Parts: sequence; C-alpha cells; structure tokens
Amino acid sequence: MTTAAQPNEISEKTDLLLHMYRRMVAIRQFEAQVNELYTRALMPGLAHLYIGEEAVAVGVCEALEQTDYITSTHRGHGHCLAKGASPDHMFAELLGKKAGYCKGKGGSMHIADPATGNLGANAIVCGSAGIATGAAFSARSLQNGRVAVCFFGEGALGQGVLYEVMNLAQLFKLPVIYVCENNLYSEYTHYSETTAGDILARATAFGLEAASVDGQDVRAVYAVAQRLVDRARRGDGPGFLVCNTYRYHGHHVGDINREYYRPKQEEQIWKTERDPIANFGKWLAEQKLADAASLDRVHSDLEAEMKKAVDFAVATPYPAVDEVGEDVYA
Amino acid sequence: MPDTTRAPADREITFAQAIREALAEEMRRDSTVFILGEDVAEAGTPFKVLAGLLEEFGKERVLDTPISEAGFTGLAVGAAMTGMRPVVDIMFGDFVTLTMDQMVNQAAKVHYMSGGKWRVPMVMRTTMGATRRSAAQHSQSLHAWFCHVPGLKVVLPSTPYDAKGLLKAAIRDENPVVFFEDKMMYKLKGPVPAEDYTVPLGVADVKRVGEDITLIATSSMVQVALGAAALLEEIGISAEVVDPRTMWPLDEKTLIDSAKKTSRVIVLDEGYERYGVTAELASVVATGAFYDLDAPVKRMGAMHVPIPFSPPLEDATVPTEQTVFEAARTMCGK
Repeated sequence: MTTAAQPNEISEKTDLLLHMYRRMVAIRQFEAQVNELYTRALMPGLAHLYIGEEAVAVGVCEALEQTDYITSTHRGHGHCLAKGASPDHMFAELLGKKAGYCKGKGGSMHIADPATGNLGANAIVCGSAGIATGAAFSARSLQNGRVAVCFFGEGALGQGVLYEVMNLAQLFKLPVIYVCENNLYSEYTHYSETTAGDILARATAFGLEAASVDGQDVRAVYAVAQRLVDRARRGDGPGFLVCNTYRYHGHHVGDINREYYRPKQEEQIWKTERDPIANFGKWLAEQKLADAASLDRVHSDLEAEMKKAVDFAVATPYPAVDEVGEDVYA
Repeated sequence: MPDTTRAPADREITFAQAIREALAEEMRRDSTVFILGEDVAEAGTPFKVLAGLLEEFGKERVLDTPISEAGFTGLAVGAAMTGMRPVVDIMFGDFVTLTMDQMVNQAAKVHYMSGGKWRVPMVMRTTMGATRRSAAQHSQSLHAWFCHVPGLKVVLPSTPYDAKGLLKAAIRDENPVVFFEDKMMYKLKGPVPAEDYTVPLGVADVKRVGEDITLIATSSMVQVALGAAALLEEIGISAEVVDPRTMWPLDEKTLIDSAKKTSRVIVLDEGYERYGVTAELASVVATGAFYDLDAPVKRMGAMHVPIPFSPPLEDATVPTEQTVFEAARTMCGK
C-alpha cells in the first residue's frame, strides 16, 4: 500500500533535491577555479579535479549528519565541500595560506575539518581506510550514534590494508561505509588492467552489505547510501558501495594529453550523455521542480561565489616562516 | 605526578608486572583506554604480560585482533582521533614493518597536516632485543626507524620502575608514542611503588654515578652497562651510567652534563650501530661537550648482520658486559 506524500513532505524533498543540485554545481565551479589557478600559475603544486564525479560525494554526504565522519582522498575537494567545508578556507589551503583549513600545512591533498567531521584527505592511496574504521570503532565504543564513510578510488582495491580493515569492521560490527569511486582509471591505467575478479565480491566475502550504483545519478547514490548508512547506524554492521563514475579531467591538472591511455571519444560520451549535473537538471525541469532559468542562475551564482572565495584566498597572507615548527606535537 | 620525589618502594615486581599494572591503572582511570592486538585477551600475549586484564576489563576493552598489524594499527589511529586512547600491542618488534604506513604517514603526520586540528593520542607497545634464539625475524631492535619520524615519540624503559611510570605518561600523552620493551627484561625485578606516578617523557636518568667515563645506554643495554661498570670498578675505573629513557623527546642536557664531567663517553644501544640511535646520541655529546672530551665518542650497537639463529653467532652480534668493559678500559688507558 502506498500513501500519498503530504505537501510539506514534498516540499522538503524538493528542497533536498535542489540543495543537492546546488552542492554539485558548487563542486564543479570550485574545481573550475582550481584549474584556472593552476593555469595562471597561482597555485603551488598540483591538484586532482573531481569534475564528473560530483554526484558521488553529494549523494553520499547528504545521507550523513554533520557529526558523522568522512575520510577523503587525493581527489578530495568534492568530499570536503559535500560535507560542508567553506570554499574560501579551502582555496586558502590550496594556496598554502595561513587562513587555510590546515594553516597552509596540508594543501590540496590533506584538507581536514573537525567541524564537519572531515578526518582528512589522504595522499596515500587507501591511506585512510584504517582511520575511517577506527572512527567507526570510537562511535561504537562511545555509543554516540555516528557513522564513518571512507571514500577511496578503485585504485585502492589493490591495497591489502583495505581487506584487513573490512575484516575487522565486520568482526566488530562497526558503523562504517566503504565507498569505492570507480572512475575507471588509476592514474594513467584502466582499472581492468589492475583489477582481477569482481569488485563487489571483495566485500561480500567478508559479509559486508554491498551494493553497486550509477555514480552519475545523485538520486540513486543518495538512496542506496541512505540505506547503508541507516543500517550501519542501527548497529547492523559495515557496508560497501561501488559508485560507477568518470573523471572528466586528467589524473591531475597537469595531465593534459591523455590519448595514450584513454580516447577523447570516451571522454566526450561521458560528458555529453552521462553528465551528473546536466542530467539531474533535466530531470528537475521535467518534474517541474525547477525551471531552466533558475538552474542557470545556480551556476552563475556559484561561479561568482567561487571567484569571491578565490579573491579572498589570493589576498590572505602566507603563514609566518617561524610557524614551520608548530603543530608537530600536540 | 612526576617521579621527582621518587618515593621508596616497599615491594619488588617484575618488568612485565609493572607494564600490566600501568595498563590496569590507566584503564581504571580512563574508560577510553583500550588494548588491541594479536592474542592479547585470553592468552595475555605470548609473554603473559597482559594476563588478567581481560578478566577485569572485558572483551570490549581488551580486543583480540586478526593477524593484521596494518589494519588494527590503522584502526587505532582513527580511534585515537575520535575520542579513544588505544594501546596497540605489536607482539614482536620485527612486525612493526607491517605498520609503517599507519605510523609514519598517518599517525605521525595527522596533527601537523591538519594544522593542529586533529590529535592522535595512541600508544604502540612492542618488543625488541636479541639473544632469545628466535632468529632474524623475531629479534630485531628497530626503534631507530621511529626516531627518524617527526610527530612520533619513542620510549625505551630499562627498569620496572621506569616501565610503569613511562607507560602511564605515554598513555596520557596527546601524541602517538612507540613504546619498546626488551623481551629479555620481562622477568627483571625491581622496586615499583604501588601507587600512581608517572615518569615524564624527555627526562634522562643517571642509573649509576661515576667520575671517569660515561656509559650512555638504552633499554637492554642499561643492564649491560651496569654490569660493565661493576667490572670497571674492580680495576679502579668509576663509570657513570646514563639512561636517556626516551629517544624523543631527548634530554640532551643530562647527557652533555655527564660527558663534560667524565670527559669520556661510550654510547650503547641494541639497535643496529650503522645509522642507528647511537650515532645521534654520540653527535649530541660530541657537539655539546666538544671542549671537555678527552677521546672521540665511541658507539657500540648491534652488528650490521641479520640476527643469526646459532647461539655463538647470535651472541656475537650485540654488546656484552665484557666487550663494553674492554672498550671502556681501553678508552681510559688502563
């Protein structure tokens, strides 16, 4: 039996959908500015862009509370923003400035923010699997009802520690969700060349609740993430979620000529037919939840907001050199 | 409370009992302290160091893990960041190689990389020391590896008294601490107060006062140095034995002051001599007491070979009372 949704339920759901759209656009506009900073040689080092994968971070993080934990990866800007980080302090961190989330000491690959439950992005592939599992252990021990999500790329499937912690998580019935973002390429190598057997079977072998989802469909990601998060929060144990997605840009901002490892035509198909923002916008319009003009405005508003955040980051000072020795020990 | 008053203890317990007592006291004091590792619960470790803790604290706080050093050490890092105080047990020091990414790239760097926002108050307890006839993969002393990593603290107790006080301080510390216990010392007895005390990290201890030569010794080598000092006394050489107790933080002043007083120094440590902690300690002394030294600082550590199984071979790899005695006598010109 189905019951008709109440009007305020519909409007709450619409708010959530529009909020998710906005968050996805925020990530894309943020990353566009990162690419711009790199191109204009304003950013030290490199960065790994999340463009194309926005539905994964947003769909998963919307299923979490602010006090829930995430761990992130070298391609982590999207996770930080989806969990609620503010773009100005993120840009400041990317530029190595004192006002950055880590006082400029972490950079693009290490953004951490206790206020939003972000335990930190990690530049070791699979490096945060233990940390996320430990956060879930604390949640269970302290009985605070929190859940931990561990984001990682499919490249991390090659690391043994992932299987060690999945075994531990299932033995201890920990509230942790391992989210595998399969964007098809581990750096410059197609995952089929490095991944034997079945991905989901790796998790079901340990008894984890495992699911696979179209990572370009934010509503689908949100629905399955919510199911896994709810059961973990209830004490029913860990989950494993594969999100099938695609990285529009190179491994990092400097990876421009990519044809030796993937054809331009493949990129084109994902961008035109499977874009998570365009397709979601089209659906919102079809459902009459938003009109084209208001969706366009989301893009222009966020572009302006990101430019403002960049201006803040460019203007704010570097840390004093004598701060280099601070924060080594607590 | 620090150990400055050093109340006389009216009882003697073993090194292993001192470790267990420190853990039990801290677990009673703070419900977030827990132990995890291989065979730590019913078995209480192969050395029985943790015997009885399961009965008092239960399976939720004394957790047997799979044989997954990287996995459960990583779990401990995350638990430490989010409100718990894990004490990880790595059965043999040789197995720390399996934890290196978790300790070096994660635990040690989290605080710094996050601009001081996250903390990792965890302890990794493990063992060191040769001459147990356990061969090359159960006999190494690998503490120098951790000393090389900013963000970690490294503790090497040499007596039951220090073991209890230093472990309690390590558990209360806000940083990741690696705590090395010499396997051969677990049955060593010594005076240990039954009450609560801590030995602060970063304070060396003069284990024997002397005038003619300083033997700076760590962990297992403190007993060797004390034995050598007794032999030296018989030929009229007065040796001072100084135990840094913690490799980092390092109490440079006490080492340098002793070197200035005696003008001759031998540094002893059971880790490999090549690129080992003896090099760092010798450098501290050579720099800090340069104008007071009558001889180059000498280093004595493990031979640069994998630890062999055969007893006569194994015994040749580490400094002994006799080799230290000979080296000290030569340095003193007697």
